[in-house]
Amino acid sequence: MTERTTRKLVYLADVVTLRFEPEKCTGCRMCATVCPRGVWAFADKKAVIYDRDACIECGACARNCADGAISVRAGVGCATAIINSYFSKDKGACCC
Amino acid sequence: MAQPFVDGALETPAGPVPRVSSLLSAADRRGGIRVRWGIGRMRYDVVPGLYALGAPDAEAPVLVSANYKLSFDALRSSLPGRSAFLLVVDTQGINVWCAAGKGTFSAAEVSRGISEARLSEIVRSRRVILPQLSAPGVTAREVESATGFQAIFGPIRAEDLPAYLDAGCRATEAMRRKSFDLRERVVLVPMELVPELKWAVALAALLLLLSGLGGSGGYASELASHGLFAAFVVLATLLAGTTLTPMLLPWLPGRAFSLKGAIAGALLFAPFGMAAWLAAGSGGRVALALEVAGLGLIAISGAAYLALNFTGSTTFTSLSGVRREMRLAVPLEIAFGAAGLGTWLAGRLAS
Repeated sequence: MTERTTRKLVYLADVVTLRFEPEKCTGCRMCATVCPRGVWAFADKKAVIYDRDACIECGACARNCADGAISVRAGVGCATAIINSYFSKDKGACCC
Repeated sequence: MAQPFVDGALETPAGPVPRVSSLLSAADRRGGIRVRWGIGRMRYDVVPGLYALGAPDAEAPVLVSANYKLSFDALRSSLPGRSAFLLVVDTQGINVWCAAGKGTFSAAEVSRGISEARLSEIVRSRRVILPQLSAPGVTAREVESATGFQAIFGPIRAEDLPAYLDAGCRATEAMRRKSFDLRERVVLVPMELVPELKWAVALAALLLLLSGLGGSGGYASELASHGLFAAFVVLATLLAGTTLTPMLLPWLPGRAFSLKGAIAGALLFAPFGMAAWLAAGSGGRVALALEVAGLGLIAISGAAYLALNFTGSTTFTSLSGVRREMRLAVPLEIAFGAAGLGTWLAGRLAS
């Protein structure tokens, strides 16, 4: 439980591919449940992107959004995997 | 295939289920340390299927995990004195989050696990609790449509499960956020350090051998002074990129990992570069300046590159972000590294 409340580590600003179509949202809150980064908040019973730069494009929200309101080009932010993919080794597998 | 951590069997309407304890043995702990150092890491798995923790009955919760033993051990050791069914999904020995990212921890695998364990004959509830970090791979509603079992996402960390279960399967905000504190970063260091060690040793050896070509003190004497110093700087660079950067991550300035690494490399190199400069006698100042500057460039670019490699182990980088950083950083690192080698060699040959 240590250091739980330390300031959020954030990566580069304004780069992620997260897209949200509020008109499709039915406010089920699944996106906020699965997001490990606190990207989503709620206003007027609909989701809003609250902290876009915290998004890591893991794809959990888009996959579990029953309304199809979220899209993101999901992947793992791993330089090793990207370098491996240059040499087409293990089709861009990371170290895990 | 006997698994040493299975300490008996629990009789259920669907037959015997292997029983495990929440207490980790010395062997379990040793295994955990070994894989953190990369030893046998890709075959540290648990046989997929249903396990009984304690003495679960038909009302017990069902907790789903990956078949990486480190994941499984984290789960069971978080639940001392509790009874639960643990459903281990076949993720090919990969941990929860990585398996979800690769798609091996999926609704199809969870559903297969539920049916193969004949879970509906064992528990009364029609609900399984998934780790939150399986959500990138598991479409929860597909588990329900395939099996009739509702799949809900529990907390990120197994250690929060007791509080989550006691609260009636309600997670607090903090349980839903992935932390990355000092302890969580330090355990990752060996897997950053060990795989790069051979490259660092190779580069150190190359600089050692080349160093003797310059100077006026003879090959062996130059190698023992300037060569050893260069080799030492290479190893310091390895530490800056793979150890110092992860540890100091929140405090190193900038958002880009290469920048953080470059700063860590510069910080670690500065006192040694300064000492080398001051310790040298008069004469050959230009050559020495080139030599020290070259090593500085190697330290900075090398640590930047190694720091960039840490992105995949962290909890807050995105694929788009890493791609953007690499487009700028990798060419710079190669250029600076090559310039560093050239400058250092020029300094050596000129002295």
